Amino acid sequence: MIGIVGYGAYVPHYRIKAEEIARTWGEDGWRIIKGLGVQEKSVPDLDEDTATMAVESARNAVVHAGIKGKSIGAVFVGSESHPYAVKPTATIVAEAVGATPHLTAADFEFACKAGTTAIQCCMGMVSSGMVEYGLAIGADTAQGRPGDALEYTASAGAGSFIIGKKNAVAEILGTYSYTTDTPDFWRRPSADFPSHGGRFTGEPAYFKHVVNASKGLMEKMKIGPEDVDYVVFHQPNAKFPRHAAKILGIDSKKLEPGLLTPLIGNTYSGASMLGLAAVLDVAKPGQHVLVTSFGSGAGSDSFLIKIKDEIEEKRSRLVPVMNYVNNKEYLDYALYVKHRKKLKSL
Amino acid sequence: MRKVAIVGVGLTKFGESWHRGFREMITEAGIRALADANMPGSDIDALYGGTMAAGRLIGQEHITALIADSMGLNPIPATRVEAACASGSVAMRAGYMAVASGIHDQVVVGGVEKMTDVSTGEVTSALGGAGDQEWELFMGATFPSLYALMARRHMHDYGTTEEQMAHAAVKNHYNAARNKYAQYQKEITLDTVMKSKVISSPLKMFDCSPITDGAAAAVLVPLEKARKYTDTPIEIVASAQASDTLSLHSRESLTRLNAAIEASKKAYGQAKLKPSDIDVAEVHDCFTIAELIAIEDLGFCKKGEGGKMTEQGETALNSKISVNTSGGLKGCGHPVGATGVKQIAEIVWQLRGEAEKRQVKKADIGLTHNVGGSGATCVVHILKRGD
Repeated sequence: MIGIVGYGAYVPHYRIKAEEIARTWGEDGWRIIKGLGVQEKSVPDLDEDTATMAVESARNAVVHAGIKGKSIGAVFVGSESHPYAVKPTATIVAEAVGATPHLTAADFEFACKAGTTAIQCCMGMVSSGMVEYGLAIGADTAQGRPGDALEYTASAGAGSFIIGKKNAVAEILGTYSYTTDTPDFWRRPSADFPSHGGRFTGEPAYFKHVVNASKGLMEKMKIGPEDVDYVVFHQPNAKFPRHAAKILGIDSKKLEPGLLTPLIGNTYSGASMLGLAAVLDVAKPGQHVLVTSFGSGAGSDSFLIKIKDEIEEKRSRLVPVMNYVNNKEYLDYALYVKHRKKLKSL
Repeated sequence: MRKVAIVGVGLTKFGESWHRGFREMITEAGIRALADANMPGSDIDALYGGTMAAGRLIGQEHITALIADSMGLNPIPATRVEAACASGSVAMRAGYMAVASGIHDQVVVGGVEKMTDVSTGEVTSALGGAGDQEWELFMGATFPSLYALMARRHMHDYGTTEEQMAHAAVKNHYNAARNKYAQYQKEITLDTVMKSKVISSPLKMFDCSPITDGAAAAVLVPLEKARKYTDTPIEIVASAQASDTLSLHSRESLTRLNAAIEASKKAYGQAKLKPSDIDVAEVHDCFTIAELIAIEDLGFCKKGEGGKMTEQGETALNSKISVNTSGGLKGCGHPVGATGVKQIAEIVWQLRGEAEKRQVKKADIGLTHNVGGSGATCVVHILKRGD
């Protein structure tokens, strides 16, 4: 049995409203909020980056799991905004949670799905006996070009999952991935901001991969949409996951507890991880969760997770996702620009 | 001059066909047209193809040789024609002239555009080439802004309202919802149009035709040979084309297209028909204002009354004259080079009684009106049942 032994979340304290971004660019805020379903997004503080957020969430996960840092044999950090092009984020996290030096560590990149791929790698290492526990993290301070549609959603956050065999709060019953070479969204090494294919990011990218991965997993596990109690999809906005649920015949009520985008935006590699964490915060033993991530380029990892009795026992050690979501302070566009270091002339 | 008939037409589904390429689409439309005509490819003597901006949009020129090769039609002559958004119907006219003159017997005509491989900005810039690069585009005008100028002047001169323009979009979406080939098979309300995002005031998102991938094809033969291929030949009783200044500001009036008036006059003369004889028409509604101006230029109503006629539903399906039963450029989509040939296909289906849920009850005579740019080229065809 492979499962989630502990998990932790982190969302920065600051927010900017979609309305405020729209005001700056002379756009109709109401139309954008209605179109994307995103009211506001999280903004990191001046001294926050993917490494600091990964550490925050990882520390929460270690406390929640109730394990020693030294027992973690692998740390993988998935992100598209690693602070260094060369020099791992994972080593910073490993030091911070006291896992060094007897472990392996690496950074992953696969647009918004590197975190869930890290979970799959940990599953493999744990089930083969290579490590006792693996720490898989998805974290991002996402970039959006000023004035681009991405600016309304690209936000910051992190989710950490400790994968192991003992005292799991939830069992991972199965996983399935669906991957193709589909260039819907990309960033070259020298570019500050990503490029994207506009409407091409929808049907041939997000929907094709999310729907096929979810279908593939359900077929593999011999279950239907009615057999799951919660569904978490990658959430670049609120509209896409709701539409994917509709295509798959899934009641959108099952999606809502794990749909954080309307309040914090798209945390990229953090998005499906935080969505899953929010569901685990409220799920009851015996319930089933379907999680499907999406990374541009493009691929989806799908997981079927069953909640175990241990979830109730460990809840007192938890910092719930909603604590982070509800604890907020608004920035205007000027302060947001300072926080995101978008002023090139300085 | 020989009489010319259309014996086969074919279309691809219009829309954002990210999974399909240029040659695949036009080959599919061509094969469908040949299958519709029950004609083997070996019967085809010549090919004419219309595309506006393949060079800009997919980096491919020399497209008719490519199409002939892809359709297995080598070594027949394959000729490309280009007249911006009227490329399709200018290709139709080239095919018509080839058959009418006796130079070729069986001709296939195609129109195609692959537009979704590049960004909206690149498409807007490429389409801008339909206007006057030096005097319009270089100065910052785009097609929405040129048509917005025409709309403003029409509102000023004739009291046309934004709601009247919006009615054209509502009607065209209603028709498109009944056309399996249409990009938007969804009805909309007046509110949808009025509350949509402003693109270039007074034109809003739902006043504008979309960016579309698609292809269309038609097979032409001498009328006397048509029965060999079909029981329902459709005769081309008029094929007329006219030109005007490329730039809008060089014209006497912003509220009429002289090329459209000229081409339709010639077409009515060739066919010995008058506007009131037309049962069904496909007109060039790249923007809603363009449809209002088109029905005026074609003589379906008096000058300045296009808005009123549209608002009163006299251009709706099975009303006084059914306009844009395919959904028009607005609802069916506007793959620029394909549009002129698609209009022909729609009228052929209407006259044969094969237009399914959007069939016009009395459809004996149909007209197509295809405009290049803001009106520098206009082609009008009139079709009639051949029996």
